Amino acid sequence: MSAADTRRVSSGRAGWLLVQRDLRLGLRRPGDWLQPLLFFLVVTTLFPLATDPQLSRLRDIAPGALWVAALLSSLLALELLFRDDGQDGSLEQLAVSGLPLSWLLLAKTCVHWLLTGLPLVLVAPIVATALGAPYAAIPGILAALLLGSVALSLIGAIGAGLTLGLRRGGVLLALLVLPLAVPVLIFGARATALAIALEPMAAPMYLLGALAVLSATLAPFAAAAAVRISLE
Amino acid sequence: MNWTWFHRLGSPPHFFRIAGKMVPWLAWLAAIAGAAGLVGALGTAPPDYQQGEGYRIIFVHVPSAVLSTLAYAVMAAAAAVGLVWRMNVAHAIAASSAAVGAWFTFVALATGSLWGRPMWGTYWEWDPRLTSELVLLFLYLGYMGLRSAIDDTARADRASAVLALVGVINLPIIHYSVDWWNSLHQGHTLLKFGKASMPPSMLVPLLLMMLAFMLYFAAVLLVRARGEVLRRERNARWVIEAIGAR
Repeated sequence: MSAADTRRVSSGRAGWLLVQRDLRLGLRRPGDWLQPLLFFLVVTTLFPLATDPQLSRLRDIAPGALWVAALLSSLLALELLFRDDGQDGSLEQLAVSGLPLSWLLLAKTCVHWLLTGLPLVLVAPIVATALGAPYAAIPGILAALLLGSVALSLIGAIGAGLTLGLRRGGVLLALLVLPLAVPVLIFGARATALAIALEPMAAPMYLLGALAVLSATLAPFAAAAAVRISLE
Repeated sequence: MNWTWFHRLGSPPHFFRIAGKMVPWLAWLAAIAGAAGLVGALGTAPPDYQQGEGYRIIFVHVPSAVLSTLAYAVMAAAAAVGLVWRMNVAHAIAASSAAVGAWFTFVALATGSLWGRPMWGTYWEWDPRLTSELVLLFLYLGYMGLRSAIDDTARADRASAVLALVGVINLPIIHYSVDWWNSLHQGHTLLKFGKASMPPSMLVPLLLMMLAFMLYFAAVLLVRARGEVLRRERNARWVIEAIGAR
């Protein structure tokens, strides 16, 4: 494709092409996105082993276990977000393409969520049931994790951009992202606890939704600024 | 409006000189306000009718807690200025503010926990304000960690500036979410409109201590920023002249 052709690609089309490309690349390497999922399963298995395995007791710690495991697993997955594209120079090409980088990164983050966030949400009912959550609580838990994992992926994109190409990136990423994820953790775990208790969970769900919308609005710009700085 | 003073502050030698002149003033004023505040705090202020003498730790605890957020605001504002105007001095100020702010945060946590022992009967309670203070400490440590992980100073400046700004948007959200999560801490005393719920004999020393902490912060910030500017400009001619090296 010549330079003149590239210029004619609209932002929307470019975002869609990027989504297709990233999805295809991701699906060809299932190991990459299956690992965070497995990690989530293993961590949630450890909670009953480390505490009391009675279902009535597990029900009390289920929200915390689910959300801490989801947070750690999303953190583990974050390294995948920009690593390969940063190493082979694709990210640099996106940055100099003349298209809004925040938009392109939003597309990349969406795919990242599809590959690492969504599978986690989908296995959550099994994990929640194993931790003693009643069946009636499953829709609520799904909804809370759906919103929360979106927010976590978006917030994480900022950290991933900032630590791009750093030697001790992994631990630093955790130190940067975890404090920022505190509100998501609080409202997510609260919503899940209310769902398990079969009580109305509207209040924390609204706040969780607000966090997801806010991070979808602002995080791509911060992530784009971070990626540009890291590529300099 | 004339902005030359602002642009002149962006020049490292000028900043180094001005800051050097301001430091003794700020330090002495801090010492005077601190001495007056301590006399009021430990001497003339009456014991609290509920908490006895133990409450006197607020004269250190509250100013440190205020300064811990103020230092973050200074850091973020300096980071924004540095990011927008690419001003090296502003980045130096942001970098210097982080360590001081982290230390204030630690002091606020430590005094809060010591105060919690006689008042709540425990050193640590998962109280929202203690918890958001702890998260603030983690934010500071993350900022300093990011800065130290990047070798190139210009990249470290800009990356940590982005982090500081993200943190500034997040701080209120963290604060209110933690508030919502669990509440035990006593309500605001100072920021009540109308009548302050504290007699003047306690309020005046507290305000004096706060003033002293702010002046101390400004003095230490400028000392650190001067050092940071020297480090960054170590190969410049004016530094060699200023510190009288060969």
